[in-house]
Amino acid sequence: MFGILASIVDGLLIGSVYGMAAMGLTLIWGVMNVVNLTHGAMIVAGMFALFLISGQLGISPYTAVPPVAVAGFGAGVLIYWLSVHRMIGRPPLMSLLSTFSVNMVLIGLGTALWGTALFNIEVSLPGISFGDYTFPGTHLMAAALTGLIAVLLFLFLQKTRSGKAIRAVAGNREAAELVGIPTTRVLALAFGLGVALACVSGALIATMFPFTVLSGNAYQLKSFVVTILGGLGNPAGAFLGGIALGLIEGLATPFMPVSWTSIIEFVVFVLVLIAFPRGLFNFTFRRS
Amino acid sequence: MSALLEIDNLSLRFGGVRAVQGLSFTVNEREILGLIGPNGAGKSTVFNLIDGIYPPDEGRVIFAGRDITGEKPYRVVRHGIARTHQIVQPLVGMSVLENCMVGACFGFQNQSLRRGRETAREVLSLVGLADRADSPASQLTIAGKKRLELARALCASPMLLLLDEVLAGLNPSEVERMIEMIRGIRERGVAILMIEHLMQAIMSLSDRIVVLNTGQKLAEGLPAEVAHNKSVIEAYLGDPNMVAKLGADRNGADQPGAAP
Amino acid sequence: MAPLNFIRQPFFWVIVAVTAAFVALPLWHYDVGWRESLVLAAVYIILASNLNLMIGYAGYVNFGSIVFFGLGGYVGVFLITDYGWPPALAALAAGAVVSVLALVLGLGILRLHGFYFALATIGVNQAVQAFVSNFKPWGGASGIYISISAYQALGGPRQALWTIYFLLVGVMALSLLLSYGIKSSKFGLGLLAIGQNESAASVLGVPTPLYKALAYSVSAFLPAVAGCLYFFKSAFVQPVDAFDLGFSTEAVVMVMLGGQGTVAGPAIGAFLYEELRGWLLTSATFSNFQLVIAGVILLIIVTFAPGGLMGLLRRLWPKTRKILE
Repeated sequence: MFGILASIVDGLLIGSVYGMAAMGLTLIWGVMNVVNLTHGAMIVAGMFALFLISGQLGISPYTAVPPVAVAGFGAGVLIYWLSVHRMIGRPPLMSLLSTFSVNMVLIGLGTALWGTALFNIEVSLPGISFGDYTFPGTHLMAAALTGLIAVLLFLFLQKTRSGKAIRAVAGNREAAELVGIPTTRVLALAFGLGVALACVSGALIATMFPFTVLSGNAYQLKSFVVTILGGLGNPAGAFLGGIALGLIEGLATPFMPVSWTSIIEFVVFVLVLIAFPRGLFNFTFRRS
Repeated sequence: MSALLEIDNLSLRFGGVRAVQGLSFTVNEREILGLIGPNGAGKSTVFNLIDGIYPPDEGRVIFAGRDITGEKPYRVVRHGIARTHQIVQPLVGMSVLENCMVGACFGFQNQSLRRGRETAREVLSLVGLADRADSPASQLTIAGKKRLELARALCASPMLLLLDEVLAGLNPSEVERMIEMIRGIRERGVAILMIEHLMQAIMSLSDRIVVLNTGQKLAEGLPAEVAHNKSVIEAYLGDPNMVAKLGADRNGADQPGAAP
Repeated sequence: MAPLNFIRQPFFWVIVAVTAAFVALPLWHYDVGWRESLVLAAVYIILASNLNLMIGYAGYVNFGSIVFFGLGGYVGVFLITDYGWPPALAALAAGAVVSVLALVLGLGILRLHGFYFALATIGVNQAVQAFVSNFKPWGGASGIYISISAYQALGGPRQALWTIYFLLVGVMALSLLLSYGIKSSKFGLGLLAIGQNESAASVLGVPTPLYKALAYSVSAFLPAVAGCLYFFKSAFVQPVDAFDLGFSTEAVVMVMLGGQGTVAGPAIGAFLYEELRGWLLTSATFSNFQLVIAGVILLIIVTFAPGGLMGLLRRLWPKTRKILE
């Protein structure tokens, strides 16, 4: 019994990281109506970036997180200019395919460089024990950091000029332009931010679990599931959704082999969407 | 004249907003019924309710004696209703002819590809687009796209035609032309329910008028009656020319500034 | 009446000519190498042409179309090894089973739009792959192996491989004729309308849920048949190959490269891509970069030429519109 409780709490900790990843995805989606199919590749990029930076510079992984965030932001802006900028206003199929193509390139390069080898980052951090059960220090640290980042993001969006500009463009792009907001720069900013969140969540996952170049897929899937269930363009909903997903996984993992969790998540997701085509939290609202 | 379309106590809510409330009216065979009202009165919503795009919260839609409330759009068409949209929706990747063929082949008549092509050609020459039949629909002007929208609906040979602001955005000569076409359609035995903001046009075309305001029926009757109705005038208050527009002669004579 | 009209169109003869080339070339050279590379080209053309029904006609991107190919392979091979069915019959049965399943599935997932649908198709593939990997009667993760005896009925392995090749070329021809036939039919008109503007199509009377599900189901049939033939020829079928998502991703690239919505486009895209891929695999420097190159191609096409090669061709030489559909 206590084991299940411990599993649930652990799930909540890990779920916060899912939530942060999903926030990045939903931010981009909400602001520019683009589905970022490079999301999974950027999560992996965050994993490898942390590995390389902390390995090469010999610093603690947690100190390496800010540089990963900055690098992620830069990469995001680059990806925006390369594959998203021209797709704004075009049919959604186009941005879907363009970000998908960048994803193919990134994963292709990754497998060419690193194959499908398993990587691991050694982090020695004492955990907290309750009787027989220990909550790994890495999980606790990751949850603490994501909580912090979520608060920072909230403050950024609500209080700063750039944040408000992002919210303005998300609400009504044409109106924002009329008011003089440089929409293209704001879109690039939002995209960079979304990718940075993905990279940081990848970095934190790397401190907790071993990873390969192909790990991104499972986490990308979780991000999509969380984003859609939590409500498009709703970062708070995404964060809570991530925690909820972690909770569900915590409940399920004692009872089933890990390889099945992805499939189950997926099937549940498809079934929910078929029943509520506009997402779980949208079904009370009909748009005219 | 018997009732072709009956709207009975129709209501629809969007979130907290009552878009349409307790609305009832009928459209008779071979009649042109005008639906007017200030912006946001719920007129297009009524069309969407008839068409089955939104199922109503309450009320019924009865067409030719059959209850079609909430039926899917592609089924509603099969009963004999066709509509145009306020914001034109041409199938841009297809030619003008192909657009009309969709209307003919999947509309009320449910024609084969070959018959549909013939019907499409006939209707296109009726609306004056025959020379553009093979052009991509995207290349038409706004007036052309409006005519295509109308042609496409006509290809279905409906019993009832729903026109949503077909005259918006057209210059005066295009408006004239469209009005003639609408009269011609009625001559052919098609009933018409039309939403319009161009007051002179709709007052002169309609046999009867229904006025909507904030989702409810404000007034109903002959154009001349409605034009004199105090609450209608009040609803449109803010437009000093409205009284004059509402008072325009039923025969379509332009009398701006004339006293009602 | 309709078939006769068909024969008068120049494009019909283009299809006949291409099929004839596929039949004649390996025979003339009597070379297994030719046959092997053309077999792969034929399979790609089959996958791309049928995928085009969803992407190019109905406007729904199916990222997981490989599931039809793989499942068809499993059903067919299973019927051959465990029940002794002749390959051609097993292939037809596989096609029938998979397309019925697709119809049922399609009625459900086609209620999702755009990206949600694309995501769901990936999920379907992953779910089927996971299921098959754990399904003991089908060999689980190791798959099914076909013994030599299965080929005796066709006159021995060497003869069988040639027969299978011609059957696959036949399926390829059918795929092209199917695309062309649908495009010229009322069903096709409705599908294209859905692809242009689904809500407008619905208001015009196109029965959208049924048509989409039918398109999905029809797009499953020939790939399933081809899957059975292909895996029979390979002598084994395994989950990791049968449901390789990378393969259906490449199919999407092929459709976009050649020109979605046209009949010739996906075939041209498939052929070119297969040649490119073959060249990449033999080149020492690039063998790992297959996916990278595919991604770059897709990005360039989507950014600069969304109509693909056919789109470019038709813009530069409008005359080709008449001949190449």
